[in-house]
Amino acid sequence: MVATPSDIPLSDDKTASRRAWDYTRRHPTVVVGVGLLLLMVVVTLLAPVIAVDPLFMNPIDRLRGPQEGMIFGTDMYGRDIFSRTIYGSRISLTVGISVAVLSTVVGLVIGLIAGYNRLFDAIVMRIMDGIMAIPAILLAIALVSLFGASIQNVIIAISVPEIPRVVRLVRSVVLTIREQPYVEAAISVGTSFWKILRRHILPNTVAPLIVQATYVCASAMILEAILSFLGAGTPPEIPTWGNIIAEGRTYFQRAPWIIFFPGLFLAITVLAVNILGDGLRDNLDPRVARRM
Amino acid sequence: MYAYIVRRILATIPVMGVVAVFVFLLLHLTPGDPAAVIAGDYARPEDIERIRAQLGLNDPLYIQFGKWLWRLFHGDLGISIFSNLPVTHLIQQRLEPTIMMALTTIVISIAVAVPLGVLAAWKQGTWVDRSVMVFAVLGFSVPIFVVAYAMIWGFSIQLKWLPVQGYTSISEGLIPFLRNIIMPAVALGMVYVALIARITRASVMEVLNEDYIRTARAKGLASTTILIRHALKNAAVPIVTIIGIGIALLIGGVAVTESVFNIPGLGRLTVDAILRRDYPIIQGLILVFSGVYVLVNLLIDISYTFLDPRIRY
Repeated sequence: MVATPSDIPLSDDKTASRRAWDYTRRHPTVVVGVGLLLLMVVVTLLAPVIAVDPLFMNPIDRLRGPQEGMIFGTDMYGRDIFSRTIYGSRISLTVGISVAVLSTVVGLVIGLIAGYNRLFDAIVMRIMDGIMAIPAILLAIALVSLFGASIQNVIIAISVPEIPRVVRLVRSVVLTIREQPYVEAAISVGTSFWKILRRHILPNTVAPLIVQATYVCASAMILEAILSFLGAGTPPEIPTWGNIIAEGRTYFQRAPWIIFFPGLFLAITVLAVNILGDGLRDNLDPRVARRM
Repeated sequence: MYAYIVRRILATIPVMGVVAVFVFLLLHLTPGDPAAVIAGDYARPEDIERIRAQLGLNDPLYIQFGKWLWRLFHGDLGISIFSNLPVTHLIQQRLEPTIMMALTTIVISIAVAVPLGVLAAWKQGTWVDRSVMVFAVLGFSVPIFVVAYAMIWGFSIQLKWLPVQGYTSISEGLIPFLRNIIMPAVALGMVYVALIARITRASVMEVLNEDYIRTARAKGLASTTILIRHALKNAAVPIVTIIGIGIALLIGGVAVTESVFNIPGLGRLTVDAILRRDYPIIQGLILVFSGVYVLVNLLIDISYTFLDPRIRY
């Protein structure tokens, strides 16, 4: 890796807060993204403390606007939108992170093999091209509707259209690195395949993969909400942001807050992940900074 | 050049082949009996048997695929399970609103995004540039339905300027058509604008560093002339590429937008078909949408040979 100014250790006489401030000034986007995400995670973890039962119905208080005691208002069954939104963030974060991990791991393995084996490459890349030609939303809803609605199936269904993007990225890194003189030198002195993989190939894929994974995470959270919204995602009894919004559609003119608050949370969370991704892209590795 | 065009056209065959196999297998990859899956939880045994016969599920898999492919080449996408109408007929019925919405979105998006991107590149590092980039990140992050409901709330419910939802054909007048289509088009175009603006900015910025731009400046050409005649023209290839790739975003977004705005197009047909497990319609629509995507990108690849004479294959 090329040393960027951020890699140079700061001198020891600086205090921790001073160092944190320096980092913030140098990478404001990373700090803002991580900060927003941490806030979201804390809120999610605190859900049992700060929120009431998201499934508790209280018909007397149905369709109440935001007010004291129910700051986000209630839905048509008198359920507390604040609690439902907070609990919904659990599903969104779980799905986002799971899809990012799953598609990255599967894509990494396929991409590595494709970068090394010509026959496998020829076959697999055609399949990947085919999958990429199918619009992601359609592919995911078709998969969920066939395999049944559950969080696990939603995660798999959203991962499938994301995998080809990871495969392409990994494959291109492998093909580039394999031609580098230092790798050729390593091969010529008899370094084993696994050692080359571990010492040269994998370290070079890490930076672009992390950036890619954050973008996958962001798009997975949007896809999850869209699937629930269209009625082809997480089972409707689970409060996810998409499900809350889907249920609020009929009452939108009377009670816009049912849609507004989960929508806002979704937008802020995805924004945080995207900002983090942009920040990482610009800072982690200058070579990937040019990639859009 | 013609050899390249022929090769590029041939290259779409394996891609569409994979799509066809995938679409065909979707149903057969499911755990359990596909006919029972389609029939749903409350089906009687005779319903399941009827669906099985209708889909030809009693044949071996390769024969089913062969028959299906044969009919496909004859423009037959099968019969809808729910309405018993040919899928091609159902698609034709719903084609107009979707095409009109997509075209409006593409026109508005390009008209907004390209100037924004050029402006950001030109004013690189200033607040103009930063605002465009912030807008681009927002466009990627705010989901279509959030934008859509925010607009409905503002322009339809509060200000009462635009109808809440629905679709009016352009044959009933341009103004009613536009009043209905403008909000869906803007909501659908958000991501698209963000994507195009970002790529335009990046590729124009790269071109602005070239020697010929400096020469043009030295000649004393006006900034707008330089930007449009020299910078944008040379930055066109990546911009056109992303316009093509972004079509995938539009196709996916159509399902959401049409649901929110209650537009009777292909997106609604897709969602309804999926909720009813009307398998032939789902298969047909995925094939059509993927075909459109592949075709658009084929045309764009071919257009490079005209856009940029330096590209020789």
